Amino acid sequence: MEVKGTIFSINGPVVKVVGSDGFKMYDQVFVGSERLIGEVIGVGDKHTVVQVYENTTGLKPGEEVVSTQRAMSVILAPGIIGGIFDGIERPLKVVEKQSGAFIERGLTVDPVDTTKKWKVEILAKVGDSVSGSMIIAQTPETLQIMHKVMVPPDVSGVIEEIVPNGEYTITDSIAKVKTASGKTVDIKLMQVWPIRIPRPHNGRVNVRRPLMTGQRVIDTLFPLAKGGTAAIPGGFGTGKTMTQHQLAKWSDADIIIYIGCGERGNEMTQVLEEFTSLSDPKTGSSLMDRTALIANTSNMPVAAREASIYTGITLAEYYRDMGYHVAIMADSTSRWAEALREISGRLEEMPAEEGFPAYLSSRLAAFYERAGYVNTLCKKEGSITVIGAVSPQGGDFSEPVTQNTKRFVRSFLALDRLLAYSRHYPAINWLSSYSEYVEELTPWYEENINEKFMGHRTRLIAILQEEANLNEIVKLIGSDVLPDDQKLVLQTARVIREGFLQQNAYHPSDTYVPISKQFLMMDIILYLNEKAREILSRSIPISQIIKTGIFEEIISIKYKVDNENLGKFDEYRALIDKACSDVIANNEVIKR
Amino acid sequence: MNIEYLGLKSVSGSLIVIEGIKDASFEEIVEIKTDEGGSRMGKIIELGGDYAVVQVYEGTRGLSKTNTVTRLTGRPMELGVSKEILGRIFDGAGRPIDGLGKIFAEKYIDVNGKPMNPVSREYPRNYIQTGISSIDGLATLIRGQKLPIFTGNGLPHDELAVQIATQAKIEGANRDNFAIVFCAMGVSGDVADYFRKKFQENGVLERVVMFLNLSSDPVGERIITPRCALTAAEYLAFEHNMHILVILTDMTSYAEALREISSSQNEIPSRKGFPGYLYSDFASIYERAGMLNTGSGSITQIPILTMPNDDITHPIPDLTGYITEGQVVLERNLYQKGIYPPVSVLPSLSRLMKDGIGEGFTREDHPDVANQLFAAYSNVQEVRSLASVIGEDELADTDKKYLEFGRAFEREFISQGRDENRDIDQTIDLAWNLLKILPREELSRIDSKILDKYYPAENTP
Repeated sequence: MEVKGTIFSINGPVVKVVGSDGFKMYDQVFVGSERLIGEVIGVGDKHTVVQVYENTTGLKPGEEVVSTQRAMSVILAPGIIGGIFDGIERPLKVVEKQSGAFIERGLTVDPVDTTKKWKVEILAKVGDSVSGSMIIAQTPETLQIMHKVMVPPDVSGVIEEIVPNGEYTITDSIAKVKTASGKTVDIKLMQVWPIRIPRPHNGRVNVRRPLMTGQRVIDTLFPLAKGGTAAIPGGFGTGKTMTQHQLAKWSDADIIIYIGCGERGNEMTQVLEEFTSLSDPKTGSSLMDRTALIANTSNMPVAAREASIYTGITLAEYYRDMGYHVAIMADSTSRWAEALREISGRLEEMPAEEGFPAYLSSRLAAFYERAGYVNTLCKKEGSITVIGAVSPQGGDFSEPVTQNTKRFVRSFLALDRLLAYSRHYPAINWLSSYSEYVEELTPWYEENINEKFMGHRTRLIAILQEEANLNEIVKLIGSDVLPDDQKLVLQTARVIREGFLQQNAYHPSDTYVPISKQFLMMDIILYLNEKAREILSRSIPISQIIKTGIFEEIISIKYKVDNENLGKFDEYRALIDKACSDVIANNEVIKR
Repeated sequence: MNIEYLGLKSVSGSLIVIEGIKDASFEEIVEIKTDEGGSRMGKIIELGGDYAVVQVYEGTRGLSKTNTVTRLTGRPMELGVSKEILGRIFDGAGRPIDGLGKIFAEKYIDVNGKPMNPVSREYPRNYIQTGISSIDGLATLIRGQKLPIFTGNGLPHDELAVQIATQAKIEGANRDNFAIVFCAMGVSGDVADYFRKKFQENGVLERVVMFLNLSSDPVGERIITPRCALTAAEYLAFEHNMHILVILTDMTSYAEALREISSSQNEIPSRKGFPGYLYSDFASIYERAGMLNTGSGSITQIPILTMPNDDITHPIPDLTGYITEGQVVLERNLYQKGIYPPVSVLPSLSRLMKDGIGEGFTREDHPDVANQLFAAYSNVQEVRSLASVIGEDELADTDKKYLEFGRAFEREFISQGRDENRDIDQTIDLAWNLLKILPREELSRIDSKILDKYYPAENTP
């Protein structure tokens, strides 16, 4: 039976509908004669409330609203990777063909090409009993990603018919499954899944592998875990987007879903351009071969901004179910929260803090909870790592979105305005950031990199902390009056800051640094610290070591030693030894 | 459909409510006539079963429940455009006010614009030389960028905007095909006159389109002024392939107008009484800057906003900064030291700079030099605060050098004449002269090869 109503009132993206009691919560509807896409977000006594995902200019009361009778869903099929979509999965390249450089309203476009033939390899046979998410076929989606064709999660039964290997479109039926209740279900390359419902899995597993990003301050000091959650808060100009781009480029996930949520149009263009031309350090193929972009720029309709986050995570879950490690970058979750606030305001709901609705924290929690390292239904391991940027108002971390996010994420990479002002990038503050994954990941680091890794890390943080304490004194009396051993702490901390924490995203060998090199860099800095301390114990003033220029030499390692040429670290070790023995020898001469 | 409705249900601020209305569409334009004669325009901002809330652009003075006749026009707010608009002056709603008669419109365009498809955008890379060292060297303006000036009352932001507009020089395809769209929102008549006079003096007036909503003009109209201006800009840039520089001043007045209307609609306020959709609304203005991959035209925006109480964390500069591609911040302290333009270097930033400078664009050493200047000047601030505690004499030698560098940097690099036009080579060479005040080993941000070329080791004091 068709569910239909008429528009009663319009207020921005919120439309109230009368004339039918049949609308269900979160069902997708078509609004007005232009058939704008909307979603039911409230069923009231008199009205049904619909949020519209497109600009509502020109809508009239009395126009028809028709329910599609299914929840707001996305289409999951090969063809997603490499694409760029809006917040409700309309491919922007197809939109461009239909409406030109500016986006029109009321467009109906297929999320993925339904005419393209995919070369499908069948992996199951007639008579096999299958259950939800079991893989029955596969097709190369891009050079890098093998798309696994799965039985939809809610289907199980026996394969009655299956097609041979060959070329099929996403709407072709490739198999028929007879379920226990006697129904026959067609299996296609394509599935439909509602965006607000997490796809099922077979239980969570503890995180135990890091998400390697090639960024020293992250991998070494505040590691991310595959299946973990992280937030990157920072005021404007502190480099949130830059950091997200670096993570999207270099992290060792199989698939990246990049959600530009309420951000700049030029940034999405840049990602698209840059990722198409850059190649993946692991496989050598284009970065777009493992990336899908979701772009709801700040001037696109606000309701679709709210949906874009869910669209993104549903795509991620789909690839996770195939056994891939997926990383999601959401830039920025604050814009999503503001979209919630805007809609909530138009519904005249009672606001909680700063006008945000009271359900802000539960929505944030539900979103981050969809991250995780899981056993999939098809008995593989897959993970979703969520990295959300947060744009706190006025750069003040005490505002509701940052505070609520902090409760649900386990890595917190705080970007600092003062560091950004002095162009220390990435401007991640080493004193206020943290990662709760350090403990869980320690065995991996010790096994795969070096057993001294975590010890070195602790030492590094201790030196930086000591520097912060000393700086309090320096601010009052200057650094000249400090005793030499404390001056050495300041020098070493400077080497750590400039030679290790600072990383140049535009330098070919510094933009991505493998973890093995990160360890060696850390090791050599601590070696220098050790040797310098030895010299001080002979009552030789620190100024003499500084004069040799060895500290600057070590700082410049990040540019001078290629990622492939790690043998060079031995030369630097020799350089330190020589500088130190020279200083000692000189002093012997002076003494005599 | 030409039904006229007699009378209003209520009038509040710049909003009126019409009852018994039929077949109205959301955001359409309503014509309002009173018994005093003359017609006004308004936009439907909320539609209920049989009522409409209309925001009247020209204000509601003189409207009563009975003396008013309203008519639905059936279309959104549109601006008539043709190439004739160059050199003309319009009011805040796009009507000519220079006494030169009507525009013979080639077409009418919805002023609200439509979002640009990110796929159709061209990522901006070509830099614009403004001739101002602090901008060219440290926060380079890129064609197609939106780079606001964050300023305070009494600071020389207008002078700076004029200097940028008149000195701006671009390279590449149809570089002489440029125009300026000037949009005044709630600024005083003096400011508008100042801009007009300066454009005239510089002989560019026939390439300027002005939209003026002065501080005495209605608040409702202020909401559409930037939209009219940007529609004109889009028309010139994307249909005539021109390079358009849009100056929007003052965004603070615009935001306050938005707040005024929001509160008369009884909306739930978020920070400082501004509506929750301030960000989206700002974005609908700022995001109209850019370039398309289908043509060679561009829109570069320089919005000016006065930070209330010089507070950069106030919602207006804050939300702006999240949307625009950087910002140029002016600082009162510097201005009081007699430095013009008083650009506060550390918080100023151009996000697009990284892809538009360096080899092939400006000069190979530009990125490193800029980076080093920032780092060194940031250190100057630390040394200064130390010196204020222990006195300059007690400082270490290097720190003393930093103080010297800081002073010279402010006096020679940031400061320049109001008509002094430095090209990029002059700017970068000047930077090197200043950096040489510091010992060579302090310049850790500069690649050693570049350092060898511009600051050879034997120069070390």
